[in-house]
Amino acid sequence: MNTWKDRLPPLGTLGPFLALLAACAFFASQSSRFLTGENFSLILQQVMVVGVIAIGQTLIILTAGIDLSCGMVMALGGIVMTKFCTELGLPVPLAIVCGLTATTLFGLVNGLLVTRIKLPPFIVTLGTLNIAFAITQLYSSSQTVTEVPDSMTLLGNTFNLGGTAVSYGVVLMLMLYFAAWFGLRETASGRHVYAVGNSPEATRLTGIATHRVLLGVYVLAGLFYGIASLLSVARTGVGDPNAGQTENLDAITAVVLGGTSLFGGRGIVLGSLVGAMIVGVFRNGLTLMGVSSIYQVLVTGVLVILAVAADQLSRKGGR
Amino acid sequence: MSQTQTHIVMQAKGLVKRYGQVVALDGVDFELRAGEILAVIGDNGAGKSSLIKALSGATIPDEGEILLDGKPIHFKSPIDARRAGIETVYQDLAVAPAMTIAENLFLGRELRRPGFLGTVLRMLDKKKMLTESVARMNDLKVGIRSMTQAVETLSGGQRQCVAVSRAAAFAQHVVIMDEPTAALGVKESNMVLELIRRVRDRGLPVILISHNMPHVFEIADRVHIARLGKRAAVVDPKKISMSDAVAVMTGAKSVAELPAEALA
Repeated sequence: MNTWKDRLPPLGTLGPFLALLAACAFFASQSSRFLTGENFSLILQQVMVVGVIAIGQTLIILTAGIDLSCGMVMALGGIVMTKFCTELGLPVPLAIVCGLTATTLFGLVNGLLVTRIKLPPFIVTLGTLNIAFAITQLYSSSQTVTEVPDSMTLLGNTFNLGGTAVSYGVVLMLMLYFAAWFGLRETASGRHVYAVGNSPEATRLTGIATHRVLLGVYVLAGLFYGIASLLSVARTGVGDPNAGQTENLDAITAVVLGGTSLFGGRGIVLGSLVGAMIVGVFRNGLTLMGVSSIYQVLVTGVLVILAVAADQLSRKGGR
Repeated sequence: MSQTQTHIVMQAKGLVKRYGQVVALDGVDFELRAGEILAVIGDNGAGKSSLIKALSGATIPDEGEILLDGKPIHFKSPIDARRAGIETVYQDLAVAPAMTIAENLFLGRELRRPGFLGTVLRMLDKKKMLTESVARMNDLKVGIRSMTQAVETLSGGQRQCVAVSRAAAFAQHVVIMDEPTAALGVKESNMVLELIRRVRDRGLPVILISHNMPHVFEIADRVHIARLGKRAAVVDPKKISMSDAVAVMTGAKSVAELPAEALA
C-alpha cells in the first residue's frame, strides 16, 4: 500500500521547483554571468531576508490567514535592535533579544486579535502594518541608524565554500527552513497547523484547541520576522526605517509561488524558499539582461497570478 | 436481545434546559443499553438536539442528572465527554480534507515515537499510526485501500466511514451519531449504516439521531421518541409501524393508543 507513487511528491509541489529550474535555464542561456557560484551566492544573499520572513508567512497562510504586516514588523525589529544598541548602549546580544521581542509581541497582538476578537487576519494585519510603520518612523525619526557594531552584523559575513563566498545568514536561513519543514511535517503541532487551515471546525471537534494553534502560529511568525530583522541589519549594516517595504509583499509572493494555497491547509514550507528564489532569480536574471526594474515588477505580478490560478484550478480538479 | 436484564450504559434523569423563555428540555429521561443502537427521533423543536448536546457535553443542562455506567457525570465541554469515552460523529463530515486518512484518524491524538525522538524532538510515529489505521479500518471492514490518500479523494460515504471509524476506534463507552447519513446518497448511506451496525456488533452502544425513518427502522434496536422536550415513548421498531411512530412523534397519536408490545 506504500507504493512508490505515494512517496513521490504530488505535481503541485514539484511545479514551483520546475519553474525555478526553467527560469535558471532561461537566464543561463541569456547571460554567461548568470550560472556562476558567485552569482548564486549573491541571489541567496538577496533572498535571505525575504526567505526568513516567508517562513513565518507560510505558517500563517497555511492556517488560511495572511500577514500584511510582516515587512513593517521586520523593519521595526531592525530599528529596535540597532537603536537599543547604539543609543541606549545595550550589549549586542541583549539588543538583539529586544528586537526579537518587539517583533514577537507584534505577532502576539496579531494573533490575539485574530483568535480572541475573531477579526479577519487581512484586516488585523492591515492595521498592524500601519501601526508598525508609524512606530518605526516615530522612534527612528525616519533616520537611518548607523554605526552598528560589527558583532551585530556577523551574519552578513561570508565563508569560503569551494571557491564561493557563502554568507552565514544564508546558512541560518537554510537551517530555519529545515527546522520549519521538520516541525510542520513530523510533529503533532505541525499537523495541527495544516488541520486548522484545512477545516477549523473539524479540527476543533477533534478536541484540538484551534485558537492556541493559531496564536502560536502568529507568535512564531513574529519571531521569524525578528530573525529576518537581524539578517537585514547584517546585510545592510544599518538600521533602516524604510526596510521591509519590498519584502512585505515579496514574502507573500514567495509563499504563493512556492505552491502554498491561500485557502489554507496545503503547501510545503520548502516551496516558499523556492518561491523566494524564483523572485530572486527573475530580479537577478533580468538585471543581468539589462531589463528595466519596472519589468521585473511586472513579471513578478504575472507570476503571482499564474501561481494562484494554478492553485485554484488544481483544487477544482481535485474535487 | 434480552430487554430486561441488559446493563444500562448511559442514563439521564429529568434533564431541563431553558434558553430564555424557551424550554428546550422539559424533564426528559433517557436510557441507553449495552450493545444496542438506540435511535432518537423527534420533530424540530422536540428537544432532540438539546438532549444530544447535553449527553455529548456540548451544553450543560440546567437541571437533572446524567449517569455513565451508573456514575454521575458533569461534562463541561465535548472534550470532557471524549475523555469519558463518548465519541460523537457529526453530519457535516468533520474531517480535514487535504490530510490523509491515517492523519485524520489520529488527529488530536497523535502517537509519538518512543525515546528521544518522541519526547525531545516530539516526532510523530507515522508508521505506527499507519499500521494501526489499517488494523482498525480492517477490523470494521471499511474497504479503503490506502490510508495515505487524502480524505478529499474519497466519496462522501467513505469520508463519513472514516469519521465513524475514528469514533469507534477511540470510544470506550458510547458513540453518538448526529444525522450521519443526512448528507449522503442512497448507496453511500447504506455503506455508513452497515458500518454503524458493525460498530454495534463489536459491543459499542450507538445513539443515532436521524430524521430518516427508513434508516432508523432499518438499523435501530430501540427508538426513543422525543416530543415537547420530553420522552414520549421508547418503541421497538420491529413491533411498530413507521406511521405509528411518526404519529406519536407529531402528537397525532398518544402513547396509550399504541399496542402494548410496541413499547420497548
